[in-house]
Amino acid sequence: MAHAAATDHLETSTGIDNKKLLMWLFLASDCLFFGAFIAAYLLYRGRSVVGPYPEDLFDIPFTSVSAFVLLMSSVTMVLALAAIQRGNVRNMRIWLLTTAVLGTLFVAGQVYEFTEFHHEGLSLSTNLFGTTFYVLTGFHGAHVTVGVFILMSMFIVSMRGGIQQKDSLTVELAGLYWHFVDIVWIVIFTLIYLIQP
Amino acid sequence: MTLAEYRKKRGEPLIREDADDAHDEKHPSALEYVQIGVILAIVTAVEVALYYLDLDFTLLVTLLCMLSVVKFGLVVLWFMHLKFDTSLFAILFGSGMVLSFAVFIVIVAVEHGSLT
Repeated sequence: MAHAAATDHLETSTGIDNKKLLMWLFLASDCLFFGAFIAAYLLYRGRSVVGPYPEDLFDIPFTSVSAFVLLMSSVTMVLALAAIQRGNVRNMRIWLLTTAVLGTLFVAGQVYEFTEFHHEGLSLSTNLFGTTFYVLTGFHGAHVTVGVFILMSMFIVSMRGGIQQKDSLTVELAGLYWHFVDIVWIVIFTLIYLIQP
Repeated sequence: MTLAEYRKKRGEPLIREDADDAHDEKHPSALEYVQIGVILAIVTAVEVALYYLDLDFTLLVTLLCMLSVVKFGLVVLWFMHLKFDTSLFAILFGSGMVLSFAVFIVIVAVEHGSLT
């Protein structure tokens, strides 16, 4: 009876969980979103007629630490998933909270960077560099911020007993979003910060 | 024929709980995740070190892009489980990336006058 109920409830026309399929479709569309902004940045690189220019502003050691923090948050996120799949709710909570803290650190670093750049005279409308840089990294930061909210929401729900081993797909979906945000930064860090003609 | 019917015909699981059990067994262990995390940290350190070396620009770009692809691949294949999940997700995600790259090529071509 219970088996039949599970079959009725969970069988889909694709044989794949619809929520997971939807998440991958969203990530595929988000590829185009970030692809367009990265393309715009690369296309207009070196075409600013007034400063400040990237080489005047970028602080590679600081951004490297930020990149490292976000990368490690992906590790803690996947450890949260591994914990809930083993039924260890307590460890999942710890790793979810750690991921949220690391994400918050990354966003704080970005706010500090933007503030510094603004003090150096770079605004959204100063030059092509300012426009393309702020739009690209700003939207990425917004994605990270949304991710932190999702993680904190999941942490609070789990504290109320709302996430158990059977709900591991929920953590996996949040993880997919978080890892996507991480891989976007892997591309941004290399193409925008480390490769400067 | 729907994908579900096709999978049923091939004897593949349709019930989500059954699929999940088989799927979870294939997921890497926590130790493997940590090992991949260490590799990612090392690759990032190498990237930053390369930035400070006085390398030829073309060589630098090539090396940095290669290392970036390695990091990207590790996260997507292991952390996002594309290596272990159904290939449909890889096709979906790959399509997004290919389309994104195609848009970039078209924009560059238009900007440089190759396309009008």
